[in-house]
Amino acid sequence: MIDVKNLKKGFGGKIVLEDVSAVMNPGQCNLIIGASGSGKTVFMKCLVGLFQPDSGSILYGGNDFIQMNNDQRKEIRKEIGMLFQGSALFSSMTVQDNIIFPLDMFTTETRKQKVDRVNEVLERVNLKGSNKKFPAELSGGMMKRVGIARAIVLNPKYLFVDEPNSGLDPQTSGLIDKLIKEITEEYNITTVVNTHDMNSVMEIGDNIIYMHEGRKEWEGNNKEIIFSKNELLNNFIFASAFLKDAKDMRMLEETGKISNDRDMNAIMNDEESILPPDNNDAA
Amino acid sequence: MTLFSELGKYLMMLKGMFSRPENGKMYWKEFMHQCSEIGIGSLGIVVIISTFMGAVSTVQTAYQLTSPLIPRYTIAQIVRDTVILEFAPTLVCIVLAGVIGSKIAGELGNMRVSEQIDALEIMGVNSKTYLVLPKIGAALIVIPMLVVIGAMLGIWGGRMAGSMAGIISNEEYDKGLLVGFVQYNVFFALSKAYTFAFLISSISAYYGYNVKGGALEIGRASTRSVVVSCIAILFADYILAAILLPAT
Repeated sequence: MIDVKNLKKGFGGKIVLEDVSAVMNPGQCNLIIGASGSGKTVFMKCLVGLFQPDSGSILYGGNDFIQMNNDQRKEIRKEIGMLFQGSALFSSMTVQDNIIFPLDMFTTETRKQKVDRVNEVLERVNLKGSNKKFPAELSGGMMKRVGIARAIVLNPKYLFVDEPNSGLDPQTSGLIDKLIKEITEEYNITTVVNTHDMNSVMEIGDNIIYMHEGRKEWEGNNKEIIFSKNELLNNFIFASAFLKDAKDMRMLEETGKISNDRDMNAIMNDEESILPPDNNDAA
Repeated sequence: MTLFSELGKYLMMLKGMFSRPENGKMYWKEFMHQCSEIGIGSLGIVVIISTFMGAVSTVQTAYQLTSPLIPRYTIAQIVRDTVILEFAPTLVCIVLAGVIGSKIAGELGNMRVSEQIDALEIMGVNSKTYLVLPKIGAALIVIPMLVVIGAMLGIWGGRMAGSMAGIISNEEYDKGLLVGFVQYNVFFALSKAYTFAFLISSISAYYGYNVKGGALEIGRASTRSVVVSCIAILFADYILAAILLPAT
């Protein structure tokens, strides 16, 4: 579990994070969403220790990361895996060397054990047999999957994912989201995802934190977000007409105006089937 | 003010390099890799420059020594001392500032921009220790070797040019090399080589490690690292000469 309390961070007098508190639980995908410049990247960088917060606390399993010395931080970092926006694979190394790097650095396993582990995680991210490829030979989606494989190779307790869907087509984005969700539940990892992709929000948002101008504006899950009355959040998530339609559909479902088990083919052929059986008479 | 702020950041980076390695084997591997990159990668240019530098020195010295009272082997003496004292350490290192300096700054800059350095930090690896220290260590080992090779090739190039152009025979040249040889000059040349090696590697690492932005900034950092390294080399060259060479 990650427990963030009253986190503050500023740069040169400009406050970027103001009094942010949140609890991120294991086995859940915790999403940080918000418009560009809302402070979500700074928030994530504070969580992983790339930025030093001005005040507040970040508790990893009850221990305050901010108060730790370098050696203590190193120990926590061995429990952290991170997937970067651009994957951040070492370009001069093969896929296998990229994934084996944390094992070489921090474990005393034999070469065979390490290669077996690499094959295991590569198989987990559906990239079996890609060991000898270089990052330049991979597509964006494959690079993300190698990034995930490297992030989970040491069996981390915490997984941070920065913009997992940037630069990916919707289908590949969906696969990456599904993979993140599956890994989170399978290994009971506390996953923190920084995104502004609404598909991700709806698919994997077990816990969603909406940031606005450095503050936590709203917190909830993917079932609640669409019905939120928060104006700033609504402006953010329903920025596109498509999502506004989705919201309308969802509200019609909730109020029983349409069946959530509707058969779209039947609807196309018979307008009346849009209504649930009980409401047919009323209509 | 900017100068002091940059100097402060540079010293902080150097201080930050010294931490206990997470895995000695991995650091050794990286150090050996850097030795190969810096040494083998620069050998070709050092061979070419040193040989021609010595050859040109012989021809130009002969051109200026017009008096029949001065023995011909003096040409070899002048070439030897010029190459050892100045050309091999300073000229070779200025060229290496371009070759190695831009490579180090470009490599680290690219790693910074593509978040590879952040990835190392999050893994729990001290990126300064893992990326910068092996480069400086390798430069301190390899660059003085390249300077020694450069000095030998410079003297040999002068010998070849002298005999091919009929300026001085090989026997006279060899005799001149042994006359009035001062061993201290070699110590002075190596002192310069070690100092310049440190300046080239640390300055270029500093500019590469602290790149902010994208591809354009990597290019700028690379250029700046070469310019600053060259100025630092020339400045240090003067300081070392003033301190280590006794005026008679």
